[in-house]
Amino acid sequence: MSLGGFALVVLVLAIASYAAARMRAAAFGRADGARLHSRPVYHGTWAFVLALLPALLLVSVWSIIGGNIVASQTLAQLPEAARPAAGIARETFLGELRAVVDGTIAAAFDPNVAAAVPIYRQTQSQWTLLIGGLAILLALIGGGYAWMHSKADFRARTNVERIATILLAVASLVAILTTFGIVLSLLYESLEFFSRVSPLEFIFGTHWSPQTAIRSDQVGSTGAFGAVPLFWGTIFIGAVIAMLVAIPLGLMSAIYLTQYARPGARKVLKPLLEILAGVPTVVYGYFAALTVAPAVRDFAMSIGIAGASSESALAAGSVMGIMIIPFISSMADDSLSAVPGAMRDGSLAMGATPSETIKRVLVPAALPGIVGGVLLAVSRAIGETMIVVMAAGQAANLTANPLESVTTVTAQIVQLLTGDQEFDSAKTLSAFALGLVLFIVTLLLNIYALAVVKRYREAYE
Amino acid sequence: MAEAPEETVVHDELKFANDSKMTARDVSVYYGAKKAVDRVSIDVDSHFVTAFIGPSGCGKSTFLRCFNRMNDTIDIARVEGDIQLDGENIYDTRMDVVQLRARVGMVFQKPNPFPKSIYENIAYGPRIHGIADSKSDMDRIVETSLTRAGLWNEVKDRLDESGTALSGGQQQRLCIARAIAVDPEVILMDEPCSALDPIATAKVEELIDELRGRYAIVIVTHNMQQAARVSQRTAFFHLGNLVEYGPTEEIFTNPRADRTRDYITGRFG
Repeated sequence: MSLGGFALVVLVLAIASYAAARMRAAAFGRADGARLHSRPVYHGTWAFVLALLPALLLVSVWSIIGGNIVASQTLAQLPEAARPAAGIARETFLGELRAVVDGTIAAAFDPNVAAAVPIYRQTQSQWTLLIGGLAILLALIGGGYAWMHSKADFRARTNVERIATILLAVASLVAILTTFGIVLSLLYESLEFFSRVSPLEFIFGTHWSPQTAIRSDQVGSTGAFGAVPLFWGTIFIGAVIAMLVAIPLGLMSAIYLTQYARPGARKVLKPLLEILAGVPTVVYGYFAALTVAPAVRDFAMSIGIAGASSESALAAGSVMGIMIIPFISSMADDSLSAVPGAMRDGSLAMGATPSETIKRVLVPAALPGIVGGVLLAVSRAIGETMIVVMAAGQAANLTANPLESVTTVTAQIVQLLTGDQEFDSAKTLSAFALGLVLFIVTLLLNIYALAVVKRYREAYE
Repeated sequence: MAEAPEETVVHDELKFANDSKMTARDVSVYYGAKKAVDRVSIDVDSHFVTAFIGPSGCGKSTFLRCFNRMNDTIDIARVEGDIQLDGENIYDTRMDVVQLRARVGMVFQKPNPFPKSIYENIAYGPRIHGIADSKSDMDRIVETSLTRAGLWNEVKDRLDESGTALSGGQQQRLCIARAIAVDPEVILMDEPCSALDPIATAKVEELIDELRGRYAIVIVTHNMQQAARVSQRTAFFHLGNLVEYGPTEEIFTNPRADRTRDYITGRFG
């Protein structure tokens, strides 16, 4: 019987414990007329949990560490000569062994592996039997314990609540731990990169050309990792051009929607604007690449600017700005609506016009919230990938000319990691360093923006 | 609501007043289909403090907001009838609401200073109306307004601090100072003390008394003692009707309408 089979038995046992404990508790309630502290369903649930959880825990732990235990025991049983050396040889040996055992490949190439297969199978089934038996035993003990303890005044409800709390806490931990894991792996690969390329060169260098020579006699592929043109391109597109488009448009549409639009118009326009946020970024990407970028180039040519690139910062940035509009507008909408109506009335009663009221009272009062929204939007824009990959180009130019092609951190990461890549070259590793910088910058922006927004919210509670 | 309102009892002293700053004739206010104020006519005298009293929901605040057209900011509100300021119909299309509100200032129930410095709160009105010609002019306006509002000595050393950092009573006096900074002719006060403690209330009442004569003042209050203390004219509203209008002393000592008497003696409301 496989581990899955044992798990099924455990589940059946747990359900049986549920039913048994529930019925027993219900019988208490009827027999002596005593008031049950918890309803029978809680007694049942408590028994279910006690039967299932320890056994499940054992099985999960085993499924994580079991493979290694079986493997090392198998290797220990092999004759000295047939044993693979440590490191890569051991890994390939075990890989082949597992593939044969799982049936992925029909037969082993290595005779030593072939010899190890029956040993592996036997060790594995011994362990499975042991762990499976233990799990069933645990389930029996847990269920039985709960059954014996179900008395009228047993506080099953309290216990079940406590278990529920723990489960929810674990669920939230998963997301947090995953984030930590991602950060750690980024950090690890970045350190690897910085052991090859000096961090100073990376952060202050102005030449980006990540092609490294694979063979020593290659020419022209020296590898330069000065990331300044990338950072500049990211800021130029995401924080300058996109914001030049998004801040005025987003803010003005928020002002219109909160202050001028009739309720009927607002009911229609606001969701329409929010649809913009639901357009997949790849759609914006080809809109930028196929429609906006050629238009920008033709326009530049028509006003006599020679050599306008067909992939321009302006095209990518302005489309990204359009994408960000609903972001800014909904944040600004929220903060404008949060300004007490008394403030608006006070200003109008002084004889201020609606636009004076907006300019001098409402926007200043909502400013922290608006600034917070803009910062969040910037952090979103500089992390945005699809539009820049498709429309901004790959040339790492350090230029302030919006008609030229620039590239961004995200676009470079995509380029560095797509296709066949060796995973120990500085070129590939540089993607992790870029990712780390991007992560740190957006993290700081988000923390700061949320702090600004929160402080503002408190001011009007 | 009754189809034909009971006749408003207007005391003789007020019938022949020829010193009216504002006059309202047959003013009705609707919120959607609901009639909140029903054909009210009243004269507001420029030398006195006029109090509007009555139980909650009687339409007194709604009616007050007609005098500077603040009901315009509520989409569903509709005003009928005629209100004049110095003989000019304020609901006339030629009347500029910006200028009207500069002439008829308003103080609200809850202090609502702008989230700006004390100085900027006062300078706000003069600035949007282009009243001050220079910085020293503005300084003078700020000082005068704060002095008249009895706040100057308390805040003169911290004009740069935020207006919202003041206490509730100080904030309300700041709002009054803000209203008088544009030198209005009428000041409307909508329950200006209902959010204040008794000591702050006393200070604001004292201030209202000092401002009497310089500005025509109309105050809405649900506090009858307050009306008795600060006003010389009292109008009693009930269910959207103006029931009785007369000298404050008369209203409180010798009311002529039954509904006024019942309210004053605490039988309802």
